Amino acid sequence: MRLIKRFLRGLVAHLDLPLLMIVLALMAVGLLTVFSATSSAGFDKLDKQLVNMAMAGVIMLLVARTPPQTLMRFAVPLYVTGLVLLLGVALFGVVVNGSRRWLSLGIVRIQPSEIMKIAMPLMLAWYFQKNEAMLQARHFIIASIILLLPIGFVLKQPDLGTSLLIGAAGFFVIFLAGLPWKVMFGLAAAAGAALPFAWSLMHDYQQRRVMTLIDPTSDPLGAGYHIIQSTIAIGSGGSFGKGYLGGSQTHLEFIPEKHTDFIFAVFSEEWGLLGNGILLVLFTLLIGRGLMIAAGAPTLFSRLLAGAITLVFFIYAFVNMGMVSGILPVVGVPLPFISYGGTALVTLMLGIGILMSIQTHRMLVKK
Amino acid sequence: MSDFYHQEQDTDRFRNRLLVASAGILLAFLLLFARFFYLQVLQHDYYKTRAESNRISLVPIVPNRGTIVDRDGVILARNYSAFTLEITPSKTLGLEETIDGLAEIVEIQLKDRRRFKRLLEESKTFESIPIRTRLSDEEVARFAANRYRFPGVEVKARLFRQYPEGALAAHAIGYISRINAKDKEAIEESGQEANYKGTDHIGKVGLEAHYEYELHGVAGYEQVEVDAGGRAVRVLSQTPPVPGNNLALTLDSGLQRVAEQAFGGRRGSLAAIDPRNGAILALVSSPAFDPNLFVDGIRFDDWDELNNNPDKPMLNRAIYSTHPPGSTFKPLMALAALTSGKRTPGQAIADPGYFNFGNRRFMDDKIGGHGMVDMYKSIVVSCNTYYYTLANDMGIDTIARFMGELGLGQKTGIDIPGEATGILPSPEWKQQRFKKKEQQKWYAGETISVGIGQGYNAYSTLHMAHALANIINYGKVFRPHLVHTISNPNTGETRTVEAEPIRQIAHKKEHVDLIKRAMHSVTREGTGARAFAGAAYESGGKTGTAQVYSLKGGRYVAGQVRERLRDHSWYIAFAPVDEPRIVVAVMVENGGFGAQSAAPIVRQVFDYYLTGRVPGGPALETEAPEDASDGPLLEDDLHEAD
Repeated sequence: MRLIKRFLRGLVAHLDLPLLMIVLALMAVGLLTVFSATSSAGFDKLDKQLVNMAMAGVIMLLVARTPPQTLMRFAVPLYVTGLVLLLGVALFGVVVNGSRRWLSLGIVRIQPSEIMKIAMPLMLAWYFQKNEAMLQARHFIIASIILLLPIGFVLKQPDLGTSLLIGAAGFFVIFLAGLPWKVMFGLAAAAGAALPFAWSLMHDYQQRRVMTLIDPTSDPLGAGYHIIQSTIAIGSGGSFGKGYLGGSQTHLEFIPEKHTDFIFAVFSEEWGLLGNGILLVLFTLLIGRGLMIAAGAPTLFSRLLAGAITLVFFIYAFVNMGMVSGILPVVGVPLPFISYGGTALVTLMLGIGILMSIQTHRMLVKK
Repeated sequence: MSDFYHQEQDTDRFRNRLLVASAGILLAFLLLFARFFYLQVLQHDYYKTRAESNRISLVPIVPNRGTIVDRDGVILARNYSAFTLEITPSKTLGLEETIDGLAEIVEIQLKDRRRFKRLLEESKTFESIPIRTRLSDEEVARFAANRYRFPGVEVKARLFRQYPEGALAAHAIGYISRINAKDKEAIEESGQEANYKGTDHIGKVGLEAHYEYELHGVAGYEQVEVDAGGRAVRVLSQTPPVPGNNLALTLDSGLQRVAEQAFGGRRGSLAAIDPRNGAILALVSSPAFDPNLFVDGIRFDDWDELNNNPDKPMLNRAIYSTHPPGSTFKPLMALAALTSGKRTPGQAIADPGYFNFGNRRFMDDKIGGHGMVDMYKSIVVSCNTYYYTLANDMGIDTIARFMGELGLGQKTGIDIPGEATGILPSPEWKQQRFKKKEQQKWYAGETISVGIGQGYNAYSTLHMAHALANIINYGKVFRPHLVHTISNPNTGETRTVEAEPIRQIAHKKEHVDLIKRAMHSVTREGTGARAFAGAAYESGGKTGTAQVYSLKGGRYVAGQVRERLRDHSWYIAFAPVDEPRIVVAVMVENGGFGAQSAAPIVRQVFDYYLTGRVPGGPALETEAPEDASDGPLLEDDLHEAD
């Protein structure tokens, strides 16, 4: 009995209240929108999402009470496991919707690339922490190799969205660790210069695919259809939206993937510019709180980890809303805490848990 | 200490990087917000419209086509609702398989398949094409139970056109049939495209075609909310269609039936007009066809039969077939003579039985001639010689001018399409008609043939009825018309089609009265006496015989030429004599002399119209009179005759 009490107190003690409030608000928006998007099929998806949230919440609590030092111990094994599993996917993976992303382990199927989203910043933060005293150019090179290896696998699946998120997570660690600006601009310039050359090496069909990625309206019945319909949904929402459950684009099935990747179109149609503004504020608060935690973190590892995780949240939100509103290419990135789906939610809440852990174990380290 | 400093420096750099990142994030979110503002405020109207047009689909509601009734309200064309089984080829998994599968559920005969194939050739694959029409309730239920097996197949409730009287007045009423590419063009040209969105039938001939836009009505629309799959979710609003206008005809279906039956299947035509207003009382083209065959798309064998029938039942002879009017032209010539002053009523000629012109001799049909013949007698006995000399005296230009005024050689303006202009011969006409110089010249001898209604003369029965009506009416000309009133079934508002004369020809009353008197005598003592013996009313008439075959140097003996080479039998008439209420022109193809086939038909028509007597059977052909008093022109070359 006492044990349980202590355990519970431990759980509560490691919560970061502001972060919790923001996440709960986002989840509430998510639940409402998932229901609107799937109401024609009853409460089924809503119920499942509630279970997903409960599960992810438990994981967050457990991670939050785990000290960063312990988390750091997971870095290498988790990264290596992820890499092995990705190799396994490449060799024995299950193909779903034309992508080889899943590994079948008897009854459950897991998506190893999802593990990498957390393993990558953990690994890199650990690596920089380990070499904190004498960071040199070679460390950045090795860090880049650590980053690019799994991304290569994920790109090969192909899963553009996930490789983008893993890449972003890793890049942000390296960026925050102090990758010189000169190097960054140099790399960017080199990439820019190589682009026309790479373009000329591509086959016609590959060029076309890239073109549809950049300009979906060039393929209005194929890839462009999604984007055209979602921009219509957003635009027709107007300043104040069509009202909850009142979106015709949503309820007449014009929006594809409307409870997952395109859920923002559903939200935006029903709540309008006002709703979008509020959502942006919520995300800004989330990111702001995350960056504050990062700024106040005592060790390089925790600083880099907190900063990278927070910036990945931003990438999630920005890429998703950007693609749904038609200013970014369509890549499979969910809207954090709002899109339906257990896996993404668990990963996100793991990140929140890590942030809370870093925040609440600060004093302990100083002691 | 240095370690601490190093750490401090590190932390500063880290915070610096965080600040850069924060700035980037804010910028990115501002960009997003700008994008939302652009979409949701600046472009809101555009996207709102796009969403609405996504959501709302306009489904046309086809208006009820107007009905057609005769002057007494007898229904000649109406609509009924029936179920059809329709296939949208582009939505099926396989057309042949689909039809084979359907054949197991509902009866699909070979002719249904053939018709479907024909319609398929005329349509686009995304159009819905009927494979079976008039499904029974049981068939509808059986299909409904198996519906899931047949994507692209639907049962539709459709309005069908029905002509309850079948072939009665078929040529006048016409029929509707599926819209083809040519019809579509016409619809587009007349700017009716939107109105015909859901319509798949259109009037093809007759009144159904001429009054198409009256009968069709105005399409209604249903605003339907559709989902992304195009399925209708609910009806948002409805604009009801305005039904087409109903037509009430001048046609008397009783008279029409009597007139059609009088032909007994013989080829020919009849036009009966009320001279007081131009109303067409009957318009017969025999043989006829059943317009109901065309409504769901005519079957191949039916079409084949109609098309290849040597009697050409599809031809509307009353308005389109033109022939020389023969002696029925004489009363018109007589009036022309009086009006132009070339003859006075009492002026008589001696008829030796022929008329010499240059080195040619034009024969009278009575050997030895009719003796002294004045105008009255010339009509009663149908004396050719009188008109040979008259035509020669008048000249072709005077004849053509007068006949043109009467309405010959031009369209009468009847309210059904397909009217022939006929041929009113004149030097100008000949010049236009022929290309070669030597053929263009008008010969004076040709004027003489024209004078007795032969030669190049070619008129329809409608032409002749119209011209006679104009004479009977003392020059008052009405446009012949079949529609009496057009009424809106919703408002009851009714328009009457013109009863006003369209022009007045300068005929003198005493001249017309002389013609009438002479035509009256035809029925009492002249060529029409036999057909009208014992009639309970007084009528006027004139027989005519149009030559089909020129016998060089021999006399025409009816029994000796093949049926198709026999002469055409004409009769024009009016009744009652005092106040004429009906004018008729009849032509029986290869019917022989006018008195032989055509006059008995008019007798039955007048009997019915004036006394209500319904004849027991077709108007039988009387035997050719021994004294062939209304024979054809025989042109004998003098050299041969000598």
